[in-house]
Amino acid sequence: MASVIERDATTEAALPVETPFRRFVGDFVRSRVAVFGLALLCMILLIAVAAPWISPQNPYDLRQLDILDGRMPPGTASMSGYTFVLGSDDQGRDMLSGIFYGLRISLIVGVMSAAIALVAGSAVGLIAAYFGGRVDSLIMRVVDIQLSFPAILLALILLSILGQGMWKIILALVTVQWAYYARTVRGTALVERRKEYVEAARCLALSHARIVFRHLLPNCLPPLIVVGTVQVAHAIALEATLSFLGIGLPITEPSLGLLIANGFEYLLSGKYWISFFPGIALLLTIVSINLVGDQLRDVLNPRLQH
Amino acid sequence: MTVFIIRRLMQSAFVLLIMSLLVFVGVFAIGNPVDILIAADADQAERDRAIAALGLDLPLWEQYLVFLKNAAHGDLGKSFVFNQPALQLIVDRMPATLELAFSAMVIAILLGLPLGMYAGFQPHSRTARAIMAGSILGFSLPTFWVGLMMIMVFAVQLGWLPSTGRGATATVLGIKTSLATWDGLAHVLLPAINLALFKLSLVIRLSRAGMRENMLMDYVKFARAKGLSMRRVIFVHVLKNILIPIVTVLGLELGSVIAFSVVTESVFAWPGMGKLIIDSINRLDRPIIVAYLLITVTMFIVINLVVDVLYSVLDPRVRLAEAKA
Repeated sequence: MASVIERDATTEAALPVETPFRRFVGDFVRSRVAVFGLALLCMILLIAVAAPWISPQNPYDLRQLDILDGRMPPGTASMSGYTFVLGSDDQGRDMLSGIFYGLRISLIVGVMSAAIALVAGSAVGLIAAYFGGRVDSLIMRVVDIQLSFPAILLALILLSILGQGMWKIILALVTVQWAYYARTVRGTALVERRKEYVEAARCLALSHARIVFRHLLPNCLPPLIVVGTVQVAHAIALEATLSFLGIGLPITEPSLGLLIANGFEYLLSGKYWISFFPGIALLLTIVSINLVGDQLRDVLNPRLQH
Repeated sequence: MTVFIIRRLMQSAFVLLIMSLLVFVGVFAIGNPVDILIAADADQAERDRAIAALGLDLPLWEQYLVFLKNAAHGDLGKSFVFNQPALQLIVDRMPATLELAFSAMVIAILLGLPLGMYAGFQPHSRTARAIMAGSILGFSLPTFWVGLMMIMVFAVQLGWLPSTGRGATATVLGIKTSLATWDGLAHVLLPAINLALFKLSLVIRLSRAGMRENMLMDYVKFARAKGLSMRRVIFVHVLKNILIPIVTVLGLELGSVIAFSVVTESVFAWPGMGKLIIDSINRLDRPIIVAYLLITVTMFIVINLVVDVLYSVLDPRVRLAEAKA
């Protein structure tokens, strides 16, 4: 009902022609919560990108730190004059600056691993769907077996083998996540592959690669985008968890998870802020991504469109 | 049916073998445990003796074969740190982990089912919306951070509940458990709630969906028309139908609860398998890492096998699809 009324309103206002993209934007902004999530996400991304310029101090430049500033509660003034808005950690680091830099690392790990897994997983899924038969059943058997293990267990196995490091954790996250993309793409591609345009492309004797990547892939994108968004949130949460356990990122790459772990020992003596605020930043990041992802799912799902 | 089970069994054995090879070779690629275990001032002869005693002087493939042979006898090597059989160490800690997982499951069902059913019964009420918002939070919140915050609030600031360890245990039916003493129960409460949060959200969603679906069914209308009270219809007839998918899903999730207990155990210093593996990774205690990974992988393969077989017993269509593939 709501959509009918809105569409009437658009024609009356004589707005420009409805393109798929405009319709997508129109559908997306219908949910106020999702718009809020998107705004929050944009702000977080902006902060992460601009961290070196907007942080009150460079938390990893030792010359700027003073050990006497250690473990100050939020709102205390530092030795060099400015205020620790969110308090300071045991090294006298400003928590706010630490969080800005940590966001950067967490987001890089999350986005990189999700992007690589997306490319690898969808390539495998497309191959499975396009060729079918033995190739398909072999690939899907591997996918099934992998998905029957919880992500954290697989990541644990891989990291206990690989050790710590930024690229190692990205590799572990990619290994954990590719199967979700492969399954999603295969499902969509199996339906798409039977459509006439693929048959037409085959009749034109186009190469396999061209059909798969230029014709099949673009039509499989909507569900991929949805899964990709949700998986970025998963990757960020998983990285934080693993880093907290001490088997993820090394101390030299202080992501949000490591910041939280760093505050753990002071938590018991009531110094909550070292763990609390990085956790809030992590929570806001994950929730905003999930809100956007939920709305994307509703908008891009053809079954729910009226 | 027999063919199906035999095939699944063979597949499981194959996966286990691949996993054991992967884990064994992989784990042995990291660091040299001799550097950690032997005093820095030991001379070369002492080093050689220690390496030979640990079996580290053999080529890798021979180490693997020795390992496989011993594993078949139930010997997964001795811990470098504790100098005890790795299997024994893990089995000793298993009850603690299982009791935590069990408590978490119970909490998830006892809290999730009524909350979800209410949210499904009155979907537009404020309470229902609050419950659903809570369940979204439960999915988004990082478990370990929630655990820390629970320690901060309930253990540090309010001082109501202890935050570390297992508390007093009592022996029931030959198993040491903290669920049998008041002190133990107080210790298990926080970690169990923490571990339960994710599953709680899941149960809320499932039971809400089930409630909404079932309330529209004809049997509900019929029961109401027959003059049964709403209370009776919901708690006798609808509840039975909602429980089926929930029990199935939770059975599948049991494994992931055990895997996730790694996180909760580390936060609450719960002396279970999960804490042992994290400590062992940090200490490069290879036999325990390998043994833990193999035991968990085996556990998962068994759970998956049981679920698959049960499915094929309950739903013949699954079996047919499998036979064709």
